[in-house]
Amino acid sequence: MEGAGGHPKGADATEINASLERHRSDTMLRFLTCGSVDDGKSTLIGRLLFDSKAILADQLASLEHDSQSMGTQGGALDFALLTDGLAAEREQGITIDVAYRFFSTDRRKFIVADTPGHEQYTRNMVTGASTADLAAILVDARKGILTQTRRHSFLVNLLGIRNVVLAVNKMDLVGYSAERFSEIVAEYSRFAKEIDIKAVQAIPISALKGDNLVSSSPHTPWYDGPTLLSYLEGVPSNESRLQDSPFRMAVQWVNRPHPDFRGFTGQIASGHVKPGDPVQILPSGRHTTVKEIPSFDGPQSTAIAGQSVTLTFEDEVDCARGDLITAANAPIEVANQFSATLVWMSEDAMLSGRPYLMKIGTRTVMATVTDLRYELNVNTLEHLASKTLSLNAIGLVNISTDRPIPFEAYADNPDLGGFILIDVATDSTVAAGMIRFALRRARNIHWQALDIGREAHAALKNQKPAVVWFTGLSGAGKSTIANLVEKKLYAMGKHTFLLDGDNVRQGLNRDLGFTAASRVENIRRVGEVAKLMTDAGLIVLTAFISPFRSERQMVRELIGAEEFFEVFVCTPLEVAEARDVKGLYKKARAGQIENFTGIDSPYEVPVSPELIIDTVNLTAEEAADQIVAMLLG
Amino acid sequence: MPAAEIRHLTHLQRLEAESIQILREVVAETGNPVMLYSAGKDSACMLHLAKKAFWPAPPPFPLLHIDTTWKFSAMYEARDKAAKDAGVELLVHRNPDAVERGINPFDHGTLHTDLWKTEGLRQALDKFGFDVAFGGARRDEEKSRAKERIFSFRAANHRWDPRNQRPELWKLYNVRKAKDQSIRVFPLSNWTELDVWEYIQLEGIEVVPLYFAALRPVVERNGLTIVIDDDRFPLGPGELPEMKSVRFRTLGCYPLTGAVDSEATTVPQVIQEMLTATTSERQGRAIDREGGASMETKKQVGYF
Repeated sequence: MEGAGGHPKGADATEINASLERHRSDTMLRFLTCGSVDDGKSTLIGRLLFDSKAILADQLASLEHDSQSMGTQGGALDFALLTDGLAAEREQGITIDVAYRFFSTDRRKFIVADTPGHEQYTRNMVTGASTADLAAILVDARKGILTQTRRHSFLVNLLGIRNVVLAVNKMDLVGYSAERFSEIVAEYSRFAKEIDIKAVQAIPISALKGDNLVSSSPHTPWYDGPTLLSYLEGVPSNESRLQDSPFRMAVQWVNRPHPDFRGFTGQIASGHVKPGDPVQILPSGRHTTVKEIPSFDGPQSTAIAGQSVTLTFEDEVDCARGDLITAANAPIEVANQFSATLVWMSEDAMLSGRPYLMKIGTRTVMATVTDLRYELNVNTLEHLASKTLSLNAIGLVNISTDRPIPFEAYADNPDLGGFILIDVATDSTVAAGMIRFALRRARNIHWQALDIGREAHAALKNQKPAVVWFTGLSGAGKSTIANLVEKKLYAMGKHTFLLDGDNVRQGLNRDLGFTAASRVENIRRVGEVAKLMTDAGLIVLTAFISPFRSERQMVRELIGAEEFFEVFVCTPLEVAEARDVKGLYKKARAGQIENFTGIDSPYEVPVSPELIIDTVNLTAEEAADQIVAMLLG
Repeated sequence: MPAAEIRHLTHLQRLEAESIQILREVVAETGNPVMLYSAGKDSACMLHLAKKAFWPAPPPFPLLHIDTTWKFSAMYEARDKAAKDAGVELLVHRNPDAVERGINPFDHGTLHTDLWKTEGLRQALDKFGFDVAFGGARRDEEKSRAKERIFSFRAANHRWDPRNQRPELWKLYNVRKAKDQSIRVFPLSNWTELDVWEYIQLEGIEVVPLYFAALRPVVERNGLTIVIDDDRFPLGPGELPEMKSVRFRTLGCYPLTGAVDSEATTVPQVIQEMLTATTSERQGRAIDREGGASMETKKQVGYF
């Protein structure tokens, strides 16, 4: 085979040694083929394998046999039968699942993912695309750009594949027309621009006849670009940009064979590392220095993105599976709320609010879709209002995790921004996700490690920190009771602080109004402040109406169930309104205050609070005693 | 090599890094893994990767050999030595039912594979409670393997359902499973036969001498060149072993594995031969010659 690679027959020893040497420095390119059904993907792959001599005599004999009995090429070789290896695929003549194929030339080795064209197998196509450096999108020259061409191009771009080949196939069936080729390229270019694909290499080919695959076709003298194979051999893989980014590595497994060795293993997601490099461990925020990169083959002087390595540190720092090691001078963003794209892969539709397991890097956390912003119609690129995502749907969502995650946008680093969602009940993988950005603007903020932790603070004060969260209608008696509780605790020598709704709104939250969104933010901030105060070892009392269950739940999760005591100050509306301590009900009834809880805004009664205070039958004093007993009991 | 000079990983470095990531992921996330070890070149390669992945600790799982009692004697020696050198426990399982019935490749046809290997494997996994088994299978070996995920889930009865595989995205393997499910994990999925040999050469991995040419007593039978490895081989009327310089590209039960004529006695010579070979590695495997989707069928009932 001239120039197309393979290996010369009867090569002598020197040639073989040279070839071996070359192969050791060979780079690898992973690519996928996609496009509509019958655009000739399997034929193309079969052809590339055949022409690069990756198909051997016995395989060829079996292909010849199969082509006779099952083929669609009138007895000639049907290359599709090489890749469609499952019985169901051969029966139906379609590709169901991703197949991975291998071939090599003198310049490069290739792994090609043969992915299905049918819309119902979108998830398999995404699977193939997730590990690819390049996509070859096939178009039938007779049919031009089809819905599936657009769909797959969009998906390829979504998955962050930067190298795209537009292979205009079946040129033999349009008389190798230069005009037809330009027409298709022009149409595709317009579409590519629309979805922001940066660079496309268009090549006119015939997979069946072999035109412009490995050698320039005599039938297309008007085409002076590369053949498909020479393009594949020369295109840079995605690796290089990751080598230039700061060092990041997720800890995969801690190697502790004996007390004197603690190695942190993982595959480097980006950048370089060498002994002596200062690093930071997230989320703890601890700093240390890389001591050594020990390996089976002896200590390494340096390691780069893509390598699976072991690191040891100068200090005994706390570091476990799921933690991220990053260059100390290039901290990474940490957040727990994200805007992300989801490709739904399950027959069970996505449910907002349902907790799923999220695996990102080497961490697995709980995650909830808080908002489905829109579903995307991949064919028209329209944004559709939708309540849910069904199988193969793609949506833009807000997603919230139960713990902060160090991350990078998927577009910058797939290892740090790509995730899967797992159904807790069935264990199945239900979605592929790609982080776009953090919703809470936490850019350039990283967790600072502090030596005096919450246990130390609490121990000094000789108490257990807690949050007593009073909730109830305006005028129910929250502030009065909370005030009494604090006085009692103070008298007992406890360190406390009372956060009162009115007081907080005069300072920290004076920018907030009373709309539902403002109330959510009001409670979120108070929750964060209460958490900081428990970190300081305090017993925190809060008196806020906090009318919505979801926010109270949010604070409960933030503080942790063991330290969070929800106290429902239960006073019927008529009683509270009759008391009307601050004269607010009167104003609300007069229409002078909008969004007043109980009047024109709902109050969601707690479902299972730690304590219910019946203010109709109890005095404030008695109520306070009950609460102190609960706390210290 | 100075830091500035390393700009990209070679093909083999990328494959190695991927395999090590897979091996570590299983150990970090699952309860009771085992590595299937058949003493062939892929096993040797996989064990070497495990040594690298967990160094300086030995691989934190035992090796399991599903023995048919019909392997080449040199394979048993190589197996024991490899386990000892790696510092790992070696478990050997022989299906007691097959032992009792004296199942052999001459009289029992496909029952030989079904009982010794498929059933033997299922018995061993159940007996030791292994929930994950590493295997050295590669996608380039066979059509249905090309379709298989790296983490391949098996139902309670060890069945594989090719139409219902978990999507496998990036390097995020979902290893959660129901109590009665098990997982087969193939760290060499993306390696080819040539990759394996080049890695053996590069890393100086020890392999069974059967891969190298030597004068061995052979007979031709059913289109295969069979090496007479012991006196259990029943010679047919008129069959007379002759000494020929042969070697193996793939190793299985000796009466079912065909040798090839060869003069290659070193790894580079083996690679040289492979580069000019016109047949595939599995051509010498009798069990592969059972119709278009036969491997798929075997796998569905639990064959590796």
